[in-house]
Amino acid sequence: MIFGYPLLSAAVWLPILFGLLVLATGNDRNAKMARTIALVGAILSFLVTIPLYTGFDRMTSDMQFVEMKDWIARFNIHYHLGVDGISVLFVLLNSFFTPLVVIAGWKVIEKRVAQYMAAFLIMSGLVNGVFVALDAMLFYVFWEAMLIPMFIIIGVWGGPNRVYAALKFFLYTLLGSLLMLVALLYLYHQSGGSFEILDFHRMAMPSLSAQILVFIAFFMAFSVKVPMVPVHTWLPDAHVEAPTGGSVVLAAIMLKVGAYGFIRFSLPITPDASHYLAPVMITLSLIAVVYIGLVALTQSDMKKLVAYSSISHMGFVTLGFFIFNAYGMEGALLQMISHGFVAGALFLCIGVLYDRVHSRQIVDYGGVAKKMPIFAAFFMLFAMANSGLPGTSGFVGEFMVIMGAVKANFWYAFLAASTLIFGAAYTLWMYKRVIFGAITNDHVAHLRDIGNREKLVFVFLTVAVLGMGLYPLPFADIMHTTVNDLLVHLATPKVLN
Amino acid sequence: MNLLSSLSPAYAEIFLLVMVCAILITDLFIVNHTKTITYLLVQLSLLGCSLITVSTHEDGIVHIFHHMFVDDLMSDVLKLLTYLSVSMMLVYSRSYLMARGLFTGEFLALVLFATLGMMVMISASNFISLYLGLELLALSLYTLVALQRDSAIATESAMKYFILGAMASGFLLYGMSMLYGATGSLDVNRIAEVIHQGTANKPLLVFGLAFIVAGLAFKLGAVPFHMWVPDVYQGAPTAMTMFIGSAPKLAAFAFVMRLLVEALQPLMIDWSGMLMILSVLSMAVGNITAIAQTNLKRMFAYSTIAHMGFLLIGVLSGTVEGYGSSMFYAVVYVLMSLGGFGMIMLLSREGFEADNLNDFKGLNQRSPWLAFMMLLLMFSMAGVPPTVGFYAKFSVLNAAVQTGHLPLVVMAVLFSLIGAFYYLRIVKLMYFDAPESHEKLYIQPDSSLLISINGLAVLALGLLPNTLMSVCAVSVQQSLLH
Repeated sequence: MIFGYPLLSAAVWLPILFGLLVLATGNDRNAKMARTIALVGAILSFLVTIPLYTGFDRMTSDMQFVEMKDWIARFNIHYHLGVDGISVLFVLLNSFFTPLVVIAGWKVIEKRVAQYMAAFLIMSGLVNGVFVALDAMLFYVFWEAMLIPMFIIIGVWGGPNRVYAALKFFLYTLLGSLLMLVALLYLYHQSGGSFEILDFHRMAMPSLSAQILVFIAFFMAFSVKVPMVPVHTWLPDAHVEAPTGGSVVLAAIMLKVGAYGFIRFSLPITPDASHYLAPVMITLSLIAVVYIGLVALTQSDMKKLVAYSSISHMGFVTLGFFIFNAYGMEGALLQMISHGFVAGALFLCIGVLYDRVHSRQIVDYGGVAKKMPIFAAFFMLFAMANSGLPGTSGFVGEFMVIMGAVKANFWYAFLAASTLIFGAAYTLWMYKRVIFGAITNDHVAHLRDIGNREKLVFVFLTVAVLGMGLYPLPFADIMHTTVNDLLVHLATPKVLN
Repeated sequence: MNLLSSLSPAYAEIFLLVMVCAILITDLFIVNHTKTITYLLVQLSLLGCSLITVSTHEDGIVHIFHHMFVDDLMSDVLKLLTYLSVSMMLVYSRSYLMARGLFTGEFLALVLFATLGMMVMISASNFISLYLGLELLALSLYTLVALQRDSAIATESAMKYFILGAMASGFLLYGMSMLYGATGSLDVNRIAEVIHQGTANKPLLVFGLAFIVAGLAFKLGAVPFHMWVPDVYQGAPTAMTMFIGSAPKLAAFAFVMRLLVEALQPLMIDWSGMLMILSVLSMAVGNITAIAQTNLKRMFAYSTIAHMGFLLIGVLSGTVEGYGSSMFYAVVYVLMSLGGFGMIMLLSREGFEADNLNDFKGLNQRSPWLAFMMLLLMFSMAGVPPTVGFYAKFSVLNAAVQTGHLPLVVMAVLFSLIGAFYYLRIVKLMYFDAPESHEKLYIQPDSSLLISINGLAVLALGLLPNTLMSVCAVSVQQSLLH
């Protein structure tokens, strides 16, 4: 409580409270008020998280800004919050995106505005909760609760096939989560009655096979969220059907939650199983990188293309985790943040086009640059970042993961590096077909360039993408100690016999 | 100690009996068809019962009527919750029943008789008093279901309920008589002692146990003894369905506790296996069949079956922890069930039953608040945090993991995943679909206030579940101390 108020609780509950406030404005007659309150809430929620960065002690890997209260005393469950060098970045990323999503939905969403804004604010708070929870049950509650607003967002404001997508999204993620619950209950009894994640980290497990089972349960939960091949099929559906804001949050935030789960649970709790199963994980990651990259190349729907590109990029993240060296790990984490910015920005770009033309098909476009030059410039930058151009944020993480992979095995690196070609191919090819060439139809001929509201959003993202690409140190610096500590922890066997 | 004060643990039952008789007579003189005075008297009797139950509470376990009747913390807690849920059920169903001309003196009297039956079941410590309470409850329920006598479907379901219920009672009695033969006693604690000594005839005991478990499964509606549940739930007027699906589950839990845990604890290894089969089958059949339903009441019937399967997980783990979690599950289930049926009645009008899934289409556009309450209830039934339904599942699963039933737990979570689908479908109908009718909803102020409290309670108890969990755990623990 360095700043006089519990920072992490504020990061979690402030957006939720504002969300409820927005809900209270009721029906669409008060839409303007709902938007304003939502924006104020989102900006305030971002501002309260800034002290997390400025006040963060980079020299320690301990949890900081810790809050601890009894919650469910009967099961020894605590309201225990805290951040380390890894989670703090994701709290910031998430809070950064909330105002952008609110602004992006400002004009586009016309029906049930209050519910839309409220759903995003509440979800933002819940996602922060996932990142800062240090009690496994608290984590689980936030983890599951965030499904509810996302389910509503996809189902209410989504595209034509939204119901299918929403149900698929919910049931896929619930399956993984429930198995994780079983694993958590098992760990609870193994640890002698504690749900503290940090106790789980320190606790030895009876056998390698027990570790492997626990690892698999966690894997089910996290791999669905990441998503990894072969449980990735919900993502293209969800992305395509979700409204722009929903896609942005899915890509920028939700996917990170899964990867974060690996860092917080799988790796430190079951290090031996992680080593044992690393070849499988690496294989799955490389399949995602290469095969899904090729799949992306064939897409005719822009959102689907970016969705597959997300899966491919997240393959990089999981690859980085399971090669167990500092380059890989830090590269993966940087890649997560960069992908948040870039994929979020790309979905916003597609949203801009969709709002005007109401089509996501690449063939419906062509020659957009002639009508929307400013937009085309922003889109260009984000497309470049998605293909990993040096100088953009996309390059840093990918490069570091490839370096790490070279250390582990040349062929891993070779296959992973293919993404530099495929990524560039599918992104730039899409860009070329949409933006350049002759104006193909009337819709495009009548396009207006982006307004100030949209420019503002893109400027923020440009600063983030370029800033991180040119000077990644502030991001790497804050996670450095924690990552090293995690790697040391991972190298120590935890099996009893 | 004089006679009167020695009966103090049963004051609530005696008071209620007197009140029912009084209400039955008073009602004859009330011609007004709204029955306001009778209704208020009923609510007052329930309030009076709660006050008496609280004020006559004594620490420890007190037996009266020659060990026929027991008063412990568990019975007091369960009774208080029973009063509460009966009273909620009356608030929910008043206008519904009035619109159908069923809000009569007989209805109110039968509800109170059923309540009395539940109270006796909860406090029984002898096979005779257990059976007495059970039959008082069951006969009242049969009549309640048949109350809408000009409805063919209601009469049919009452008939089914009666015949199958009578068969179940037969099973129970047969099982009880075998246990009596083997142990020479009808007293719950005495039977446990005799079995523990090991002098009783083991095959006879197990045979009796099997009949008792079958009877219990009938009453709970566990698969394969569940056939009556969907028909009765769908056929009965919604108010009666709500009644069957709420408070009696608390009494049934007490029944299970008294019979299996207090009397037959030494046979735990035997009944635990039987319950496991019942539990897995109930979860499987309940959850899978519910998907195919288009009638909401029928869907809730199958969902009840699945919930009973979950409830049994706590009991079959055979620990105090497990029993406490089952009790918590029963309480939470009753709360959710009241809300779910309450919502159906709230949306019903004269001549229109909102019991079809499509009647919920687009509810969010017609009434966002009611839709939100239903959303909370549905997510709670599906067991998604932060609603209380999650903690109900969590605590029974925890008890099962503790006793090493990992495969059962994995099966339970997989079935609850299947279950999540049909609850989600309701949310989908309310939020994602357009309404079929734009008729204005006429909502009674008392029941809409209650549904708000009910829905928010599901959320609030989910955010802070500790108190209720501890109350359940402690009361079970106290009642098992001899």
